[in-house]
Amino acid sequence: MRGLLLALLALLPVLGVAKPLRIGSKQFTESVILAEIARGEAHRAGLDVEHRRELGGTAILWSALRHGDIDAYPEYTGTLTQELLKDVAPDADIKALRARLAPMGIGITDSLGFDDNYAIGMREQRAAELGIRRISDLAAHPDLHYGFSNEFMDRGDGWPGLRQRYGLAPTHVQGLDHALSYRALASGAVDLTDLYSTDAEIAYYHLRVLEDDRHYFPSYQAVFLYRLSLEQQAPGFVAALQGLVGKIDEPAMRRMNAQAKLEGQREADVAAHFLHLPSEGQGDGFWQRLLQRTAEHVSLAASSLALAVLFAIPLGIVAARWRRLGLWVIGLTGVLQTVPSLAMFVFMIPLFGIGAWPALAALFLYSLLPIVRNTHAGLLGIPLELRESAAALGLPWLTRLHRVELPLAARSILAGIKTASVINVGTATLAALIGAGGYGQPILTGIRLNDVGLILEGAVPAALLAILVQLLFEGVERWLTPRGLRIVARE
Amino acid sequence: MVESGAMSSPAHAHLSPDAVADFALRKVTKRYNGVTALDRVSLSFAADSTTALIGGSGAGKSTVLRLLLGLDWPDDGEVSAWGQPLQRNGLLSLRQRVGYVIQEGGLFPHLTALGNLALQPRYLGWNAQRIRQRAHELAELTRLPLDALERYPAELSGGQRQRVALMRGLMADPDALLLDEPLGALDPVVRHELQDELKQIFSQLGKTVIVVTHDLAEAAWFADRLVLLREGRVVQDGRYEDLRDRPADDFVRAFIHAQRPLPGAGE
Repeated sequence: MRGLLLALLALLPVLGVAKPLRIGSKQFTESVILAEIARGEAHRAGLDVEHRRELGGTAILWSALRHGDIDAYPEYTGTLTQELLKDVAPDADIKALRARLAPMGIGITDSLGFDDNYAIGMREQRAAELGIRRISDLAAHPDLHYGFSNEFMDRGDGWPGLRQRYGLAPTHVQGLDHALSYRALASGAVDLTDLYSTDAEIAYYHLRVLEDDRHYFPSYQAVFLYRLSLEQQAPGFVAALQGLVGKIDEPAMRRMNAQAKLEGQREADVAAHFLHLPSEGQGDGFWQRLLQRTAEHVSLAASSLALAVLFAIPLGIVAARWRRLGLWVIGLTGVLQTVPSLAMFVFMIPLFGIGAWPALAALFLYSLLPIVRNTHAGLLGIPLELRESAAALGLPWLTRLHRVELPLAARSILAGIKTASVINVGTATLAALIGAGGYGQPILTGIRLNDVGLILEGAVPAALLAILVQLLFEGVERWLTPRGLRIVARE
Repeated sequence: MVESGAMSSPAHAHLSPDAVADFALRKVTKRYNGVTALDRVSLSFAADSTTALIGGSGAGKSTVLRLLLGLDWPDDGEVSAWGQPLQRNGLLSLRQRVGYVIQEGGLFPHLTALGNLALQPRYLGWNAQRIRQRAHELAELTRLPLDALERYPAELSGGQRQRVALMRGLMADPDALLLDEPLGALDPVVRHELQDELKQIFSQLGKTVIVVTHDLAEAAWFADRLVLLREGRVVQDGRYEDLRDRPADDFVRAFIHAQRPLPGAGE
C-alpha cells in the first residue's frame, strides 16, 4: 500500500511535465469533426493530441482556452465579434481579431476555407419555380410561408433585423423547433426557413441557400483559436493548424457533416478520410465503453457525495447550534442549489479547469443543501425533553452530540444523503459538458446526432444507477437505524 | 400574604439555615415570552431534606427545578447550589451531582435501558463492569427485573421506564435528586405502587430530594415539607398539617379540599 503511494508520488512530476496537447470541441458535429481533423493533422506531424470532445457551449470552450485547460479549439469569427469580444466592430476581419486576441495570449488562424453563416433556405424545386436566388427576391412573394427556429425569431440579429434590412412583409410567419424545421420544409408545410450554411441537411433535402445580397448576416468564418504560447512550446502543432487554412471548402464541410450526422460515421473516420489518413479502426466495444463510463460516473458521484457528507454534516450541526448563523448557512446552500448546472460548471472552470475536478466541485456544492438541511432539521426535531435530559446528565455538548443527538437525527441525515446521492447521479450526466465523461457522454452525442440508441446507452444505465443507489441507501438506513428507533412503543 | 417566607415558617424551625442549604433561590423572577413563571421567589432546600413543590399547572413548580439545574436562567435574582451561585461554566459538575427525572422518563429511544444508564458514568470514566454492577444494585433498589436492562425504552412498560429513569438519575450517586412529576404518566395502580417504593427509596438514600407534583396526597406521602405555588409565587410553605389546619388563604383551603385524600394519607 505504502509502496504504491510512493510510486504515485514519484509519478507526479512526470505527469505534470508530460501533458499532451489538448484540443477541444463544442457540442455540435461540425466542431467535433474540425477538432478531429486538427488532431489527425497534428498526428501526421508526429504530435500526440488529446481531443476533449463535446464540451458544452461556447462559454465553456472560451473559458477553458483562456485558462489553459485546452490548447486550441475550432471557432467562428462571428462568434468572436458577436459574443466573446466586446468593443469589436461586428464586421471586424481576421487581422483585426488577431490584434485584439494577441494581448489575451490567444492566436487565431486564417479562415479554414468556409463560412458557417446563418442563411435562408428553400426547397430547390420551389425556389426554381419562383425564380428566387437571393433574399431580396423574397420581397416580391409576400404570400410565402416562413418558418423560423424560435431562437432566430427572437434574436435581434435574426428575423427582426432581416425583415427590416430586406423590407420583407410576409403574411405567414411562424416559430418552429429547429429540429423540426427541416422536416416542415421538406413536407411543404413552410416554404423557407433559417439554417446554417454548412448543415448536412441542405444536400439531403435538396435545398437552395439564398444569397445574402445585402450582407445582413455577419460572417462566421471557421478558424482555429489556440494559445499563443504554443508558438514556442509546440510550434509543430501551430504549423499543423495553419496547414489547414483554406483547405476545407463549404461543400467539403457539408459533406463531412452529412457523413457524420446522416450516415452515422464516426467523426474520427470522417476526419481521417478527409485527410487521406488510414482509419484508426473501431473504438471500444459496448461493454468496454459502458464499463469506463460507469467508472467515471460512479467515481464522480460517489466522491462528490463523500466530500459533501464530510462538510455538510458539520455545517448542519453548526446551523442547528447557532440559529442565527444557521439561517445564513441554510440560505447560502439554498442559493447554490438555484444556480443552473451549466452556469455552475462554467464558474468552476477558472478554479478547476475542465474534466472531472470542476464537475466534482459543482456536484459537491449541489449535494450540500439536502444534507445540511436534513441534519439541521433532524437535530432540531429531537424532542426538547430528550435534549434536556442529556443536558441534565451533565454531559458536555460534544458527548451529547455524539451519543444522543446525532443517533437520534441519523434517520433524517441519511434521508438527506440519499436525496443528495440521487440528485448527484442525475446531475453527473451533465458533467460530460465539461469533459468529465460518464453516462452523459453518450446522451450528449446521441442528442447531437439524433441517435436514440446512443441516448439510451447513457440514459438507461444512469436510471439503473439511481435506482441502485436508492436501494443501497435504504439498506444502509435499515442497518444504521438503532433497533430502539425501529420498534413502536408499547402501551 | 406569605410570599417569600420559606425559611421563616415557625413549623420549620428544625430546617437548616441558609448557610448549609443545598439549594437556594433568592428573589428569583423568571418570565417566558412575557409570561411570569416565577415572581420574586425565595426558597431554600436543606441538605438531606425531602420537599414537594405543589400547585396547579403554570404555578411555576417545574421552573424551580429547571433553574436549579441551569436549564433556564433567572431574569432577576440569584440561584445557588451548595453555597455557590450558578455559573455557566460550572454547570457540568453541578449537573453531575444532581439526578433529574422527568415525566415519561426522558429515556433515549435509541439506547437500551442499560445504554441509558451507562451514558453518564461512561463519560465519567467508569469501566463497563462498574457500570453493570451499579445498574444491578439500582435495579434491586427500584425492583426492576434484570432482563429489562437489555430492552429498549419502547419495549418497557410505563412503570419500568420510570424506574429506569430514576436509576439513570441515581447512577453516579448524586447528592440531590430532582423529580418533575415522576409519576404523572402512569396508570393509578402502578402509580400507587411506585409511590410506596419511591418513599422508601428516598428514606434509604438520605439525599436532598425535591419532587414536583400536582397531587397533594402524593406530595404529603413523599415529603415532610410542602411548598404550594400559585402563579409564580409561594402561597404557603409548611407541613401537610399546616396547610390543612392553618391555610394561609382561601386558595390554600380550596386546593386542599379540591383533592380527595388517599386512604392512609394525612392521619
